[in-house]
This record gives sequence, structure tokens and C-alpha cells, in this order.
Amino acid sequence: MASLWRYLLAGLGLAAVLAGILVAVYLTAPRSAQPVGPDVSRTKKTDNGLYVASFVPERGVVRQGELESWVLTLKTKTGASVERAAIAISGGMPQHNHGLPTSPQATDYLGEGRYRIEGLKFTMSGWWQLRFAISSGAGSDTVLFNVVL
Amino acid sequence: MRRLFRFLALTVIVLLAGCGKPDFSDAEKKTIASLSLNTLPPLKPDTTNRFADVPAAAALGSTLFFDVGLSRDGTVSCSTCHKIDRQFQDDLPQAVGVGRTNRRTMPLAGVARDPWFFWDGRRDSLWAQALTPLENPLEQAGNRTAYAHYMKARFGERYERIFGPLPDFSGIPLNASPLGTDTEKAAWNAMSGAQRDAINGVYANIGKAIAAFERSIEPGPTRFDRFALDLATGAEPKGDAVFSREEILGLKLFIGKGNCVTCHNGPRFTDNGFHNTGVPPAADLPPDRGRVDAVAQVEADPFNCFGAYRDGEASACGELRFMVKDAPELVRAYKTPSLRGAAARPPYMHAGQFSSLDEVVAHYAKAAPSVEGTSEIHPLRLSDRERAALVAFLKTLAE
Repeated sequence: MASLWRYLLAGLGLAAVLAGILVAVYLTAPRSAQPVGPDVSRTKKTDNGLYVASFVPERGVVRQGELESWVLTLKTKTGASVERAAIAISGGMPQHNHGLPTSPQATDYLGEGRYRIEGLKFTMSGWWQLRFAISSGAGSDTVLFNVVL
Repeated sequence: MRRLFRFLALTVIVLLAGCGKPDFSDAEKKTIASLSLNTLPPLKPDTTNRFADVPAAAALGSTLFFDVGLSRDGTVSCSTCHKIDRQFQDDLPQAVGVGRTNRRTMPLAGVARDPWFFWDGRRDSLWAQALTPLENPLEQAGNRTAYAHYMKARFGERYERIFGPLPDFSGIPLNASPLGTDTEKAAWNAMSGAQRDAINGVYANIGKAIAAFERSIEPGPTRFDRFALDLATGAEPKGDAVFSREEILGLKLFIGKGNCVTCHNGPRFTDNGFHNTGVPPAADLPPDRGRVDAVAQVEADPFNCFGAYRDGEASACGELRFMVKDAPELVRAYKTPSLRGAAARPPYMHAGQFSSLDEVVAHYAKAAPSVEGTSEIHPLRLSDRERAALVAFLKTLAE
């Protein structure tokens, strides 16, 4: 009788060790094991938190292979429109060793913190990155948007 | 027991029968549909050339395209290299006009849809492109005033019906050009500004007529398009729309593991961009740095979209306005060519470096580093069977 209890206890102990190993493996598994794409949100806080930026295609949809305009909207932390900002744009495709196929520019201020970004062209499907360096009276900050086609 | 055996046998038969049928995921089907010719949008108007869709201009353009009179020695026309029965190319590693050039002749199907022209994009419109070989000493090798005189003498009436009155030719030298010999350059510089502008206007119209003709050269449906259409509609493929197992494997590799579709995308199988893919230089040719050297050339071209000879609004000049001018990836970057018909027109690459598609596929699998700049291509493990399958698929785009 006593030996049966001993076996049961040993079994339970083994099960606990196994569960522990599984938990450890699960928790320490590299993130890349799970297919998580880049963050494609269209509204973001800038890197140092100076602005809230949102970046949307002017016509609502992205058309691959055509020159298009997007609108970058800049607000301060308190929600005030950012006016007279200087905006520099760069970017590329991190998986393909190349930058943007065009040199997009902020060409127009549309009011209420909205800036027209002209000359964007997504020539391929895949993961694109667009970096904005923003400078205004509120200070300089940067923000990165991911666009996946 | 017998029943079980029968069931198993039936399962095996069904599975085997299913092997020949294409089996594509929804994502694959979507990509295949995006490559099909029926997704090619209608050709957009070219507002920079107000004669682009004028039939009389296209008719004159087709005459000019085949006219050897448009060359220094009367032996070379556009069609010398852009041969009508050879997909408007010449099967040579490097084009031969009056002399041998250092680039492969590009085919013309769908050319009016390109944002940039030549392998390196050194021109920004079809009409500006058409003017460039006319004055290249290795191609048609003529000069600007000689062409204007020729237009008046040979096509004066036709020209004036389309473009309006020709300018006054009194005092215009017979041979003069800003790009010609020293004598021709001197003669050009001796002309008044108004005279140079008038001759440039006639010259630009030659390009606009040729461009109007070239707009009619479009790609035709292939076996792949018939296959893709059946796949999209769920119809049972018939005749040559049936793909072999090898062709299906090739298509799957093209849009999958091979990553070919990354650049060769859309119904023309091109992203219209420029890429360094580590293609080796051709022997015996001067150094060729591709796109990086073309930027200054297109900016300096008096016939570019910002120039005085453009029709319509400057809003049509987005490509030139937002052009990348200075980036390391422009070094030895060349235009992604369309793959439609490619299997029927070796040799390949910008100077005919590869004589077969097998060599092209081997190059992309190996992904050797570029002699200058950085190749965008990553090495790929492809079995012999897979390489042959990719080539078999590419052939369906030329049948």
C-alpha cells in the first residue's frame, strides 16, 4: 500500500517537473517563433512623446505602383494642431536593402495640423518603413510608420 | 476487410488524380490574379504630349519609326534595333546602329506605361526617349537641324497638318546640334535663341509623333493569362490553358520561395523600379554604373518634363519632381524588365550578359555580390528540378 502512494507521488513530481520545463520553454522561446508582423497602426506617439502623428493615404486606399499623396496629421500631447512644422521623410524596405523608390516631400499645409506628403510610391508588396523627422516650436522628434502591402 | 481495402484503394486513386490539378492557397490565387493581363488598366493619357492620342500623329510616327532617312548615313531607323517581328528588339547582346552601343535593345510592348525610359531611366517620357537615339553617334547619329530640314523636305505637309506651321528655315544651318561634332556644336551656338527654340520644337514633335505610334504597342495575352483567368473564374482549363505539373511548380516558386514577384509584379511583371541585382559587367564595355549616372542626364535633358517642350501642366511631372537623386542603391541599379515574352528573346540583362534563362535563374539563385554597390538579392537554395520549373513557367509568358 505504501509503495503505491510512493509511485503516485513520484508520478506527480515528474508531471510537475515536466510542466515546469514546458512553461520555461514557452516563456523563453524567441518572439520570432510567433509570426508577429510589424506594428502597422496609422496613429502613433512620436519617439520622444512630443507629438501624436497619424499618417493616412489621402484617397483612403493604397495603390501599389502609383505616385500618391498621404496626409500626416500632427498634434501636440494636449491635442493642439502643430503648425509650421518642418518635415523630412526617409524610409525603405528593411528586408530588401533599399530605400524608397521616390523622394516624397511635405508639399502643402492643409490646416488643423495636416500636411500633404506627395510623391510616395510603393512599387512592391511587402514591408515598407517611413520615417518622419518633425521639427516645430514644440521641439524636434521622429516617428516611424510601417506600411505592409 | 475487403471493404476497407476497397476504400483505401479508392482514396489512393482520388489522391493521385488530384495531383495534376493546381492547388493554390487564397493568397497565391490573389497574387496570380494580380499578374494576369486582364488587370492591366487602360493606358492613361499622356498630357505632356498633346498629340499622344491623335491618329494622324501616330500614323506619321509609324512612318518615322521605320524610316532609315532619320539617320546620318540613311541606313538606320528605330526599327533597325526595335524589329517589328521580334517583339521590337534585335536579339543582340548590345544594340548595333551606326556603331555598337553598350546596352541591350529593350522590347516595346507596353512601353507607354513606363515612368522611366532606357535601362537606367535617363529619360522621363516616351517622346523624350525617342529623340535620344536620333542624335546618339552610335545609333542614328544624326543632328537636330538636319532632322528638322528632313522633316520639312520629306513630310512638310503632313507635319503642318498635325503640328501647325513649320518655322522659317532661312539661315538655319544644314548640320547643327548641341550634342554633335565640334563643327555641329559651333553651328548650333551660332544660331539665335529663337532659331534654336524653333528647331527644338520641330525636333520634339518628331519624338511626340513616334511616341503616339508606340502607344499602340501593347502586350498580348499568353498561356499564363488563359490559365490565370480560368483559375480566377474556377473554369476548367482547356487546351493550352492547362499547365503541366512543372509549370505549376514554377509558378508557385515564382510567387513564393523564389521571391521573383517582389520586383516582377503586376500584369506587366515589373515594378518599374531600378535595382542592383549583382548582374556582372559585360566584357569589353566601358564602366556602366546604371541609374546613379542617369539622374544628372535626365535632369539636364531640355526635353524633360520640366522643360519648355512639354505640353499640359507641370503636375504631370511627379516622377521627375520626386525622383531619388542621391542614394547608394542607385549604383549599378537597372530597370526591372517586363517578363512577358522574355523567354523568346535571349540574351538577357542590360548588356546581354546571360545567353539563356537557365543562366538568369542560376544568377538569381547564387546571388553573387555586385562589382560595385550592394546587390539586393539574397542567395536561394533551388534544386535542379526547381530551376527547370521556373524556366518552364517563364516560357508560359511567351506562348
